Amino acid sequence: MKSRSMGDMLYAGVVYAFLLAVVFVTFYPFWNVLVLSVNSASDTIKGGIYFWPRELTFTSYKEILTDSEIMHAVWVTVARTVIGTPLSVVVISLLAYPLSNRDLVMRRPVTLYFIFTMYFGGGLIPYYMVLKTVHLIDTFWVFILPGLVNVFYMILVRTYIEQLPQEMVESAKIDGANDLQIFFRVIFPLTMPVLATIALFTAVGHWNAWFDSYAFTYKSSLKTLQAVLVKILNQYQTGSMVSDAQKLADSAKRLAVSSDTIRMAATVVATLPIVLVYPFLQRYFVKGMTLGAVKS
Amino acid sequence: MKAFAEQSPRPVPLPGRRTAVWRRLAQQKYLWLMIVPAFVCTLVFSYAPMFGLYMAFINYQPGGSFFGSFFHGKFVGLEWFRYFFNNGDFWIVMRNTLAQSLLSLLLGFPAPIILALAINEVRSGFFKKIFQTISYLPHFISWVIAANIIITLLSSQGLVNKVLMLLHITDEPVAFFQHGHYFWWIIASSNMWKDMGFNAIMYLAGIASINPELYEAAKVDGATRMKLTRYITLPALRPTIVILLILAVGGVLNAGFDQQYLMQNDLVLKYSDVIDTYTYRYGLQNSMFSYAAAVGMFKSVVAFLLVLMVNRLAKKVNDQSLF
Repeated sequence: MKSRSMGDMLYAGVVYAFLLAVVFVTFYPFWNVLVLSVNSASDTIKGGIYFWPRELTFTSYKEILTDSEIMHAVWVTVARTVIGTPLSVVVISLLAYPLSNRDLVMRRPVTLYFIFTMYFGGGLIPYYMVLKTVHLIDTFWVFILPGLVNVFYMILVRTYIEQLPQEMVESAKIDGANDLQIFFRVIFPLTMPVLATIALFTAVGHWNAWFDSYAFTYKSSLKTLQAVLVKILNQYQTGSMVSDAQKLADSAKRLAVSSDTIRMAATVVATLPIVLVYPFLQRYFVKGMTLGAVKS
Repeated sequence: MKAFAEQSPRPVPLPGRRTAVWRRLAQQKYLWLMIVPAFVCTLVFSYAPMFGLYMAFINYQPGGSFFGSFFHGKFVGLEWFRYFFNNGDFWIVMRNTLAQSLLSLLLGFPAPIILALAINEVRSGFFKKIFQTISYLPHFISWVIAANIIITLLSSQGLVNKVLMLLHITDEPVAFFQHGHYFWWIIASSNMWKDMGFNAIMYLAGIASINPELYEAAKVDGATRMKLTRYITLPALRPTIVILLILAVGGVLNAGFDQQYLMQNDLVLKYSDVIDTYTYRYGLQNSMFSYAAAVGMFKSVVAFLLVLMVNRLAKKVNDQSLF
């Protein structure tokens, strides 16, 4: 098929131009943040840093690595991700298996019990009061327990289990296995692809969560990286509203390390794990997403 | 296998076989055990707050146990709802919620469709993957990071102002975060930026399921690539587009919380405040618990009714256009 008409070529040109524009718009902001984070703070204040650093330096990263507040926050974030993700995956798959069983007594009402929570909720204030009542405010477990069940992910897993060949379950039953054994020895290993998908989503969710730490914990020892980043962002915004004259007076003080560069470096630190991990898991979640879409 | 040799005496339930409910329940004891953790979590963290909504109808006084204090608070009926509708905030907050939602829909809904169509035109698998990978990226970062990035780009020395000045659209840097009327556009375009690539997945899946023979036949008839897109791909995507549009309309009250809360400041509050940020400010920051609970409940109920309506509509449309 060598014979391409002029129109086709033109059309292809427009399409590629559009895609390149999209790539630039999605990628450039990340690049800009990276460049700003490695530029000397005193130089950044002068402006004009867009594509390459003018005065390359890693002072702001050194600053972050020695900042006990930020490093502790990284630790809290890692802890909630590492503890919360497997717990969530287990609870969700434990729920998905019985609900995939067509013979389960009261299957419909039980399913409805869970699905209803996707569409109706009590809202923030009663939720906060409940957290207070069960003594989760200002504890580490407020990051883990309330988010354990995710009904949407449960549906993804359930759909996946329903599509598995039933013969394996039948033969395991003939072998005398009970439902727990069937689940752990047969179903659980077979559902790995979909479990990997929801594990990725849950882990990213834990890594990115800021509101629970920001609103439900007061101890500085429980602040996650994103919550610290919110604090830095707030300081920056209040700072940007003072007059330019004030800024000029302040800039002398900020010569060594400006809060802007620190903000950029902290942003890079918070983004990096996601940028590194997700391209590898992409095909899993794309498959998981489309599967769920087809079914629901 | 050992167990097999022993020939388990347990009856194997056959599909469709009728057993007394209690017997089946006993057989399913492990299955029920497996449901328990999720059942309890949902009861505490989803259903307890729903019952806790009773606080919207009383003069809730904090202190003591949450549900216990319901007996001490004076019952005021719909007083808090009336207060919300009458004090003028309702109109501002509703206007902002709907404006930001609808503007996000207007900018953000067609974008993934166009992107999916464009990615579909790429013949090389390698570039296809690169385009997709990069366009998903913003979806996976938190709004905190996104807000940091967006505020930097829109600052007086950011790239956006630089470009605007180079093109002589403006002579002075625009102070985007000091004038409320920019805020709706900032929300809508940042929503579009963040989710365009990810939302394109659905459409790409739809395109992948189109019968390739259709394209071949059209090519034989001399169709250009543009015509293939216009007369085959796009019509094939129509059911998906309609369903997703209907569902998006069902969520108009969910204008978001993170982006507004993280990017707003006192100067733009009249344009940035949506139901969720309003609830947060009155409830957790100003401790007007009952009032904020009532505002939150208003949103939950209306949103739920919208979803019910929209679901019915989606089912109807789905059936008609698929068969």
